[in-house]
Amino acid sequence: MARITTLLVNGAKRPVDADSQSSLLSILREQLELTGTKYGCGEGQCGACTVLIDGVPHRSCLTPAADAEGKSITTIEGLAHGDQLHPLQEAFLAEEAMQCAYCTSGMIMSAAGLLHTDANPSETKIKEALDGNICRCGTHPRIVAAVQRAARAVKAGTR
Amino acid sequence: MSNHSQIPASIEPERYEFREARAYVFELTRRDLFKFLGAGALILCADTKSVAMQESGRGQRRGEDLPKEIGAWLHIGEDGAVTVFTGKVEVGQNIRTSLTQAVAEELFVPPTQISVVMGDTLLTPFDMGTFGSRTTPTMNLQLRKAASAARDMLKDLAAQTWNVPREHLVAADGKISDPLSKNVSTYGDLLKGRELAQLIPEQDPLVPATEWKVAGKPLAKIDGRAFVTGAHKYPSDQKRPGVLYGKVVRPSKFEAKLSSVDASAAENMPGVIVVHDGDFIAVAAPTEELATRAAAAIKTEWTAAPQPSSKTIFDYLRNNPESHESGNSSAKISAPANALSATYSVAYIAHAPIEPRAALAEWTGEKLTVWTGTQRPFGVREELASAFRIPLESVHVLMPDTGSGYGGKHTGETAIEAARLARAAKKPVKIVWTRKEEFTWAYFRPAGVIDIRASLDSNGRLEYWEFTNFNSGGSGLNSPYAAEVRNEHFQPTKYPLRQGSYRGLAATANHFARESFMDELAHQTKLDPLEFRLKNLKDDRLRNVFEAAAKKFAWPRVKKSPGQGFGIAGGVEKGGYVATCAEVVVDKTSGAVRVVRVVTAFECGAIVNPDGLRNQVEGSNIMGLGGALFEAVEFEDGRILNAAFSKYRVPRFKDVPVIETVLLDRKDLPSAGAGETPIVGLAPAIGNAIFDATGIRLRSLPMVPNVLAVK
Repeated sequence: MARITTLLVNGAKRPVDADSQSSLLSILREQLELTGTKYGCGEGQCGACTVLIDGVPHRSCLTPAADAEGKSITTIEGLAHGDQLHPLQEAFLAEEAMQCAYCTSGMIMSAAGLLHTDANPSETKIKEALDGNICRCGTHPRIVAAVQRAARAVKAGTR
Repeated sequence: MSNHSQIPASIEPERYEFREARAYVFELTRRDLFKFLGAGALILCADTKSVAMQESGRGQRRGEDLPKEIGAWLHIGEDGAVTVFTGKVEVGQNIRTSLTQAVAEELFVPPTQISVVMGDTLLTPFDMGTFGSRTTPTMNLQLRKAASAARDMLKDLAAQTWNVPREHLVAADGKISDPLSKNVSTYGDLLKGRELAQLIPEQDPLVPATEWKVAGKPLAKIDGRAFVTGAHKYPSDQKRPGVLYGKVVRPSKFEAKLSSVDASAAENMPGVIVVHDGDFIAVAAPTEELATRAAAAIKTEWTAAPQPSSKTIFDYLRNNPESHESGNSSAKISAPANALSATYSVAYIAHAPIEPRAALAEWTGEKLTVWTGTQRPFGVREELASAFRIPLESVHVLMPDTGSGYGGKHTGETAIEAARLARAAKKPVKIVWTRKEEFTWAYFRPAGVIDIRASLDSNGRLEYWEFTNFNSGGSGLNSPYAAEVRNEHFQPTKYPLRQGSYRGLAATANHFARESFMDELAHQTKLDPLEFRLKNLKDDRLRNVFEAAAKKFAWPRVKKSPGQGFGIAGGVEKGGYVATCAEVVVDKTSGAVRVVRVVTAFECGAIVNPDGLRNQVEGSNIMGLGGALFEAVEFEDGRILNAAFSKYRVPRFKDVPVIETVLLDRKDLPSAGAGETPIVGLAPAIGNAIFDATGIRLRSLPMVPNVLAVK
């Protein structure tokens, strides 16, 4: 079977050694030690493993390495610019939109994908975009508020 | 239950909290502590009894030994850094933050100067576990006392050093200052080169809640940045050099015995280690994928006895009582002829913590170190010591802040599995349960059946109240409503699934039954459900939350559209008082229920962190939606039929209603825990609202809204 030897993760070419059918999640976590991307269910139902591939949210647990090869993969670790947090990360802190925070990476990555396509999403749009992400602690209203806050911050920042 | 008779009922541990007494307690000396903490000041918070015993000891004390019953300790280093040590753990309830606030408040240091070491069996004092909403009423108080004693010690030290009267000294911002002599010194500077230790019983006066400066206000989650950047290492993220990944070959059914095994295919895979020890068969491999393949290649046969199904669970529980029951009877009077009765039931549900159970185990000779997500690190240490027949002091359990628990992580399965594999592999081994394993091999919130019978006098006052809970538990069993005759019992039964703690324990089941039935009685008497409750209530704190919720909700509401309905419910549990109002819309053709708005009023004494508390109330309501409306574990003959998020529906964004929280801050009352009780009002409030909308009374959780369309 074909091997995957390089992945483009958070702007850097990273050497890996994986079967083409290995899940992107396992490579990120085991080989690249990018453990901010979480395992939650392995069936694409909880969204804890969400990463961006060419800017679009994907469930890395169901993504074979071959599908991510040559594409730009962004994980939660690659969202901030140095010390400068991404507006979504700032907003999640400001709204205290987390309890155990295990779902937070996936929530932020799904929301980042949404803000890519819709800079000013309605509450309904946000709920739709995040409906595939499970939070068991029940911080949903705060997560919605955080995405709205981030959208406002982005808008204000680009003016 | 007689052995608990001296414990107030409100704090009696629920039978389904896994718990145990500590088996051994070893001597600890001040010297040992300073050796690993470094110079500075050390405050130990000890049980009053053990301090008294030590003071009146038989002359064996050398001024070095410490009493055994120490709940927490606090250290201030020469650099001024404050380190707090507690055996409690962080699973998202945000106690790392609220405990920091408590210490900051009493010690007058900024929260950033404080770090909290939690749930580390080597570094922190023994703790039974983080459950039962006990952290705020116990640990918070102990740490405040320790911090307050530290502040006093620092003042004494400054008074001596500067030779000034103590009463003018001011502690603020990590410094002691004397406005008269103009001396100022940081805590760290005062402590340079010293090894001061103080043992405190529960006696020091505390800052009253009305004067709190740090506590009582929101404080952002400690280390929040590590969580939003993915930097925090949860148990399932832990790594050690040379780590292998483990997989356990699971039995075909619960309680199954291994009858044959052929592991040759797995044994021939390069890098794979197979361990077969009794009914335990598992593999370790350099990658998780290889471990999964190897485990799948092992052929096993199992034998097991036939087991009950979820379809007949309620009959099973009722027909299989176990030994004694517990509860109270005010008199052996049987129900009056005009009594109304009803039966309620609740299904087994799963905690489904979003981080599955995980552990990484590493042996160094005969010493075992395990990183794992558990609400009982000391309990897991005990399990490991017993499983491997090694002394407790050979086991070190560490609990990194974990991806939630809700009462579901009291046990150490993954720790034992990983440790067994690591012993054979002679390398560290990590096990992270799959979602299917988590849904199958963890334990569940117990199912239960509840019978109620009650009668009213001509004025709408309760005169007879009979309440029997089969299997689900005793928490919240006792009614807060006054009735002349009360018979309230918990009847243990045989049960088919492994069962244990859950957020709120049986209080959810018991409040669902009681508060739904109160609604039935109100409708029978043609009284407004709120008015009926208040008429039968003697507890002012509960009355206050009912009135606060009703006011915010604008109870009683007039229906504006068909399918709309309003419900109210409330109760008292674990020192917290809750009332919940719900608005639903029922689509009568499809039977779909939409919870539109929830208002919860909650009171738990003096509030420590209002934003953290609000987060817990909102979270309880959202988590409670699942158990109220759609969560149920389906099982048949020792197998779980819906062990996946695609088959077991949990609340999602689209299910979440508008949630409004009213917090009543009682600064005159001690703080109670709040992670659990706010959940208990939701299910009955929704059920009562569904009745209001449709005239149909749903008496079984989950309320499976499809029933509405059929009828």
